[in-house]
Amino acid sequence: MSGLLLVLLVALIFIVLYQVSRSSEMIARIQGEEVFDKKRNKILSYAMLVLYAAFMIGIYICHEYMMPLIGPAAASLQGQDYDLMFKITLYVTGSVFLVTQFLLFWFSFKYQRSSDRKPYYFAHSTKLELIWTTIPAVAMAVLVAIGLKNWFGMTGPAPKGAMQIEIVGKQFNWISRYPGPDGTMGKRIYTNINDDNNILGLDWNDKSNMDDIIIPNGELRLIKDKPVELIIGSRDVIHDVGLSHFRMKMDAVPGITTRMWFTPIATTEEMKKKTGNDNFVYELSCDQMCGKGHYSMRAVVVVETQAEHDAWMAKQQSYYAQNHPSETPAAPATDAAPAAKDTIKKITMN
Amino acid sequence: MSNESIVQHDVHTHADHAHGDHHEHAHHEHKQHFLTKYVFSQDHKIISRQFLITGIFWAIVGGLMSVLFRLQLGYPEETFKVLSAFLGDWAPKGKMDPEMYYGLVTIHGTVLVFFVLTAGLSGTFSNFLIPLQIGARDMASPFLNMLSYWFFAVAGVIMFASLFLSTGPASGGWTTYPPLSALKEASMGSGLGMDLWLVSMALFIVSSLLGGLNYIVTILNMRTKGMSMTRMPLTIWAFLFTAVLGVLSFPVLLSGAVLLLFDRHAGTSFYLSEIYIAGKALPNVGGSPILFQHLFWFLGHPEVYIIMLPAMGMASEILSTHSRKPIFGYMAMVLSLIGITVLAFLVWAHHMFVTGMDPFLGGIFVLLTLLIAIPSAVKVFNWLTTIFRGNIRFTVPMLFALGFVSLFISGGLTGLFLGNSALDIHLHDTYFVIAHFHIVMGISAFFGMFAGVYHWFPKMYGRFMNNTMGYVHFFITFVGAYVIFWPMHYEGVAGMPRRYYDYSSWESFKQFAELNQVISVAAIVVFFAQLLFVFNYFVSIWKGKKVLDGNPWQANSLEWTTPILPGHGNWDGPIPEVHRWAYDYKDNGEGGDFIPQNVPLKDGEESH
Repeated sequence: MSGLLLVLLVALIFIVLYQVSRSSEMIARIQGEEVFDKKRNKILSYAMLVLYAAFMIGIYICHEYMMPLIGPAAASLQGQDYDLMFKITLYVTGSVFLVTQFLLFWFSFKYQRSSDRKPYYFAHSTKLELIWTTIPAVAMAVLVAIGLKNWFGMTGPAPKGAMQIEIVGKQFNWISRYPGPDGTMGKRIYTNINDDNNILGLDWNDKSNMDDIIIPNGELRLIKDKPVELIIGSRDVIHDVGLSHFRMKMDAVPGITTRMWFTPIATTEEMKKKTGNDNFVYELSCDQMCGKGHYSMRAVVVVETQAEHDAWMAKQQSYYAQNHPSETPAAPATDAAPAAKDTIKKITMN
Repeated sequence: MSNESIVQHDVHTHADHAHGDHHEHAHHEHKQHFLTKYVFSQDHKIISRQFLITGIFWAIVGGLMSVLFRLQLGYPEETFKVLSAFLGDWAPKGKMDPEMYYGLVTIHGTVLVFFVLTAGLSGTFSNFLIPLQIGARDMASPFLNMLSYWFFAVAGVIMFASLFLSTGPASGGWTTYPPLSALKEASMGSGLGMDLWLVSMALFIVSSLLGGLNYIVTILNMRTKGMSMTRMPLTIWAFLFTAVLGVLSFPVLLSGAVLLLFDRHAGTSFYLSEIYIAGKALPNVGGSPILFQHLFWFLGHPEVYIIMLPAMGMASEILSTHSRKPIFGYMAMVLSLIGITVLAFLVWAHHMFVTGMDPFLGGIFVLLTLLIAIPSAVKVFNWLTTIFRGNIRFTVPMLFALGFVSLFISGGLTGLFLGNSALDIHLHDTYFVIAHFHIVMGISAFFGMFAGVYHWFPKMYGRFMNNTMGYVHFFITFVGAYVIFWPMHYEGVAGMPRRYYDYSSWESFKQFAELNQVISVAAIVVFFAQLLFVFNYFVSIWKGKKVLDGNPWQANSLEWTTPILPGHGNWDGPIPEVHRWAYDYKDNGEGGDFIPQNVPLKDGEESH
């Protein structure tokens, strides 16, 4: 019913507008097209000024409303450079924006049709054109220089001593892996994958896999002020590791290993205080469309102190031990239930 | 084939009387069957209207889709009867299914980019204006031109049919990245819907190539006497480079699509490697999904300029005509079109900065990408100088052309953030991207297109579109477009990812719920304002104010020297000869402020 009313309302508005516009055509004929056009041109020139004012005030209001919502400053060293570069780019583009929009609307108003103005025949000026080719070229050179410096800095090899964590995407969650006490992660073979007891397809012939720790919900535990390198992979389609608080992003591509590294500078607890939000949490979002559950592909990132991290690590059991309880003392099976469900699905699908 | 012989079967009666009083014969049309005149027509003017009206149909479909998914985004908790009405079982009890949400997003993007802003924009105006503005009877090959439309129409039918599949239309985004689009296990839309999408795109590419080759050949070979390249209106330059871009890049997309079909059905591994999905490890190894992205974006980026250049060309023409001033820096405008065209081929990988591509390669693409800002900036400054000290008439096309410049500036500048990999690494695939490309190649190209429709409608139908409705259309669309897309920049800065069905469970993004509602309401209002345009368009075809003066805008270019409603063949008598460039908006010595291209130079007058 309300839908029908809406359609009727819209139709009514269209008809009213149509009638109004027909009558304006009639008035034009009575007043004489020339006189009517002049009057309308005048009105529209002021409308352009009003439009400009509305545009600028709108931007201001939008800015005031949005700024408190866009989240805290960057929480990584690389992110601090990022924020600075963003600001510089914003100042450059912002000033161009303000000047050109002003000129556009001001010229429109100022040079509106008038019977006593003769338009100025101005077809060409090498000097002007050189000026406004050179200025953008110089501005671009500056932006490219800053950009490439930051880019090569953040995409270069990770510093020695960086902790390594593997993060693997699948439809529709993340799985993370920590190297365990030996500090190295073993080989993965995709044909070894099964959702029962080897969700990443670890190669059990590779001894360095034995102590690796796997967190099936993809939780990342990072250490404040310690660089971390993420080794990124995917089991099925392309996903993307998006870490908006750290200003970082990298695709997870099946068949290819990608990497990124950064240095977190604030623990989750510190961020809670800083933002005044007790629910604050660093989130890892999937930023590459990966299917119907794309929007729910979330993992939590915890930044903690070295001591907290060590305490957490001490409580973890290796994935091998979890899945081979006969060889090791019994361990609490984490997330056994969802794994079992997947198995049933697998059997029925085959 | 000579210019005259092409349409001989239509205009031979005129040709016989070319030296007589041709006014008598102006309406002496060769009797044509309805089918050959309006359906399988070879007249470029009819074909252009076919492109435009089909484009309008697709714009309504694509726009409606955006309204539906904006309802979901603005009100994720609510249910809507209208969703069930349109989507049936895809929205049980008025709640949209996520698979269908992604289907709508995908088809919205595909039809607006390809069917509306490529076929509907350059299909319409290249067809309509190239012969009329260069002084030709028709395209070089009217038959291929007709085929070009019909391939497009069939592509559209197939795409439309895919909406009604039980597994839904393609739903992997308009970029259809494999493996998501290659494996039917990965999503429902990757079933038959994806095959139809690929077939439809293949036919569309054929259409685009047939059209593009025709445009290039026509412009290069069929200009009337005196119409040297540097006397052509900027619209024609823009259409020329648009066609060049299409002809060189669409085949690459076709190859990408064919390889994808092979991966889907022939067991090849071009894009697939080491995949475990639906409880099974696939046998494919050694392929690379990134290869598809290279092939896709090798078209995908030039595609942006295929959309932008016609709008730029038309805006140049309209800004000049309605401010009664020559376009400023004609040669600089042409050179910047050339610059944009060349660079358009060298920047595709800036869509792939975060795919794990070699950072050094990324650096090269940053440099090339930011170079494109230079010709773009030159164009903007030249437009501003064109209206400077003019005598501006605020006609509807002029307002849309001014709006085009405003939007092009706003959307173009944000490209400097995304083109710089060190900033893209955070903004990639967030709402910042949505805001950027909707403003710069969505809305601003639409503004160029609207400006063109309002400006050339009198030539198409011999009637004007209604002004009042045109003004209402302009103001609502301009304000609405900024209300929709401006705040999205901030959402992007907060890292809010695009293509999400629901944000309410995300601590980092849920604070935008209220804003998302505002955007959705604005989107609905703007959608209805576009329906007002459609209403105006169709009513004006039959009821619009009649054009009495053959040159209603007092413009210089050749299309206004034809009869008010030109028949097939365009000019009743011989094709006019051209004596000057298209922008002699100056005192003609008799109180007028313009000198059409077919007026000979006066004694002592210097050619531009």
